[in-house]
Amino acid sequence: MLATTVRITRDLDAAEECVQDAYSRALATWAEQGIPANPGAWLTTVARRRAIDLGRRRDVALRSQRLLVTDEIAEPLRETSSGIEDDRLRLIFTCCHPSLATDTQVSLALRLLCGLSTTEVARAFLVKEAAMAARITRAKKKIMVARIPYRVPERPELRQRIDAVLTVIHLVHTTGHTSPVGDRLTRVDLVERSLDLARMLRGLIPNDNEVASLLALILLTDSRRVARVGDEGQFIALADQDRSRWHQDSIDEGLALVSESVRSGRAGRFTLMAAIAAVHASSPRWDETDWAEIVGLYDRLMEVWPSPVVALNRAAAVSFASGPLEGLGALDELSSEPQLSAYPYLAAARGDCLRRLGRMRESREMYEEALLLTENAVERRFLQSRIDEIKG
Amino acid sequence: MAEYLVLIYENEESWAKADAETFGQMMAGHQAFGEKNAAALRGGNALEPSSTATSLRRNASGEFVVTDGPFAETKEQIGGYYLINAADLDEALAVAKQIPAKFGGVEVRPVREMH
Repeated sequence: MLATTVRITRDLDAAEECVQDAYSRALATWAEQGIPANPGAWLTTVARRRAIDLGRRRDVALRSQRLLVTDEIAEPLRETSSGIEDDRLRLIFTCCHPSLATDTQVSLALRLLCGLSTTEVARAFLVKEAAMAARITRAKKKIMVARIPYRVPERPELRQRIDAVLTVIHLVHTTGHTSPVGDRLTRVDLVERSLDLARMLRGLIPNDNEVASLLALILLTDSRRVARVGDEGQFIALADQDRSRWHQDSIDEGLALVSESVRSGRAGRFTLMAAIAAVHASSPRWDETDWAEIVGLYDRLMEVWPSPVVALNRAAAVSFASGPLEGLGALDELSSEPQLSAYPYLAAARGDCLRRLGRMRESREMYEEALLLTENAVERRFLQSRIDEIKG
Repeated sequence: MAEYLVLIYENEESWAKADAETFGQMMAGHQAFGEKNAAALRGGNALEPSSTATSLRRNASGEFVVTDGPFAETKEQIGGYYLINAADLDEALAVAKQIPAKFGGVEVRPVREMH
């Protein structure tokens, strides 16, 4: 609805006002006349009419907007679902435009695509509400003043632009899957918003492997949500999870999407990440995990998306495929990576390899280093329990 | 249509060290850019190095203080600009991407519309 209205107003604030206005009119009208057959279309029509009115009354100086409005009136009000979907897709590309900072893209996606309030977006990223409100206001102003277009990019650019959208959705998901701070391991609200966004995008761009794969990756990762946390709120590592608690519907849906993507053509970064998640999801037990397959997939991922974090995950997989000594060797190569210097999972992975090698004193030092870098209470307890085991 | 000012920021030291061939290539690049984008171009110029710049600021008592050099000392300095017409930011960026800026990059700023 917002997506459709903003096409007319070309101004996000005005569009939001029109939508709110439509809701308040709905309350009054529906109370008298009953709920219409298609409430969504009713609301959208009212919001659009309001937007057109608003446009008419605007300053003459806004001639370009006038033109848009006039075009719109000439066109009969069309309420086909495909029209609304096109609008939504345009709004996604506006929110994830590369001329906006990534943090801003994520905030706008949550605010405008998921409909979270500014307060909720601020809470999601643990920033002050005033700061988030300022960030969103600045972004809306930039969209208007710099004329960030409200349209689906054309071919030569499309691939890159879809990738930017996928990055934003993935970031919402990872932030939710393991919250960087706080006393809960998972931020269910963010995980679900990322799932909504991935589904929305999949519906809008049905024939893209990377789009399908991101949805698969989120489904497969999230299928373990309940099994990752024990009765006392403690973190349970993948090796120790009760796999019967994994959410089978999510796994089935995710696996179907992955196999579709893997079969058709060159695998991108999300396809490979989803394929790795699929190996875990289809392994009945931890000690039946096909680690050689996982290392092979990480090797391919390093080719299309070389990053220290991918290298770290690959090294951890090597420690299970070839043994903790080989894993430790691969991890040691990463110790001078500036990007990983404050990344607790490097120290934790080294601690794990050292523990499995029986080098307890060194292992404990590594877990202690990881503890210093971790702010999530559930992860802290997990690391502390490892340290206590070694002490005891 | 809207106007955008594209500011070209480049490393002046690299420019100073550039040989005649590099210089010639850059000039030819700008020439080609200008011809290809004639419809969008509203103007543009190359500037003398920032060592020739003079900056003016007012001090606490409101008097002008004249300083030798650019307003902000940065590694990359404005070496030229283009004023372009574009329907939206994507169109402006597509034009700006074609500007040769071997020793730096460009900044695209929407021109404020005065009503």
